[in-house]
Amino acid sequence: MSALESANKIKAKFGALIAEPTEFRGEISLDISDAEQIFEVCNFAKRQLGFDYLVDISSVDHYGEDPRWTVIYHLRGVASGEELRLKTDVSEEKSELPSVLPVWRTANWHEREIYDMMGIRFSGHPDLRRILMWEGYPYHPLRKDFPLAGKSSDLPGVAFTNPAPLEGGPFVTLPSSGDAISREPRVRTPEE
Amino acid sequence: MQAQTEYGYNSKVEGDVVLTTVDAALAWFRKNSVWPMPMGLACCAIELMAVGASRFDISRFGSEVMRFSPRQADCMIVAGTVTYKSAGFLKRIYDQMPEPKWVIAMGACASTGGMYRSYAVLQGVDKIVPVDVYIGGCPPRPEAVLDALIKIQEKIGKQPILQGTVAAKLLHLEEK
Repeated sequence: MSALESANKIKAKFGALIAEPTEFRGEISLDISDAEQIFEVCNFAKRQLGFDYLVDISSVDHYGEDPRWTVIYHLRGVASGEELRLKTDVSEEKSELPSVLPVWRTANWHEREIYDMMGIRFSGHPDLRRILMWEGYPYHPLRKDFPLAGKSSDLPGVAFTNPAPLEGGPFVTLPSSGDAISREPRVRTPEE
Repeated sequence: MQAQTEYGYNSKVEGDVVLTTVDAALAWFRKNSVWPMPMGLACCAIELMAVGASRFDISRFGSEVMRFSPRQADCMIVAGTVTYKSAGFLKRIYDQMPEPKWVIAMGACASTGGMYRSYAVLQGVDKIVPVDVYIGGCPPRPEAVLDALIKIQEKIGKQPILQGTVAAKLLHLEEK
């Protein structure tokens, strides 16, 4: 069974909830319109279709758009070797979706990382603490409106966080087919 | 039989006597047995291992006793990137080291934050602990670490040990 067949089975089971599968470079993605249903879809994909390995959960910040967040689940069946990507949008006001931890236990730390870096909460997660930054850090640093240099936080015990000196940065790489000199990271203002 | 007693010049001990001050002798002992605390946080720690291994051999300078307990060490070598999250326990480990103690900031990250100009990285370990010697490089060559150790030794050799202490008074080393 190919990943496309699995995607069509998910679509047949959940119907209008699921958009048509899209293929990009041999990889199949499925958009799920209602983030609240992510648990049911993932549970079906694991129990019925054999996607027994959750490779990663990632999140995207579409800053300035609505819905602001996209949460992406990368699934893999170890026996079949097929891979499937599930995407679902979450609005900024809500910033919450169900945890898939009962399906794959590895989701525990993936969801904690997204909570730490993006500030998206996972309802039903038993231990939703920060995983990379320390307890009590007030920001979510991978959001687009958070500066790379950081912000100062004056919490007791960790009162020393200050913005890092960037000396004219941030230094940005230009993706192009030019030579190394034109591609290398330089100080680039957004107008350029 | 008459007992013979020699006074003054004794040819048997010539060449084995060095005249110095107690302070200088103690400083000499101390500077040649610095016990480092390897605070390995990133890739600099790999170079630090090379310093301890046979090719560069830190034991030529009396510092081969790497202690992984801060209570038994007197020179912390901060080798690597200090994030804000690890800054708290780095300070705590430093506080657990007994006096006197010294700190070497090894590499660009420990000295200034290095290339990590970001929200997560402490911009130089000297913001939380007093640093005696900074080593440039990313990571520094093992020779540079040995050079820093020699600089620390020079500094320790100049620091008075007994001067002004109670022990100095008891030994009548100082004018009362």
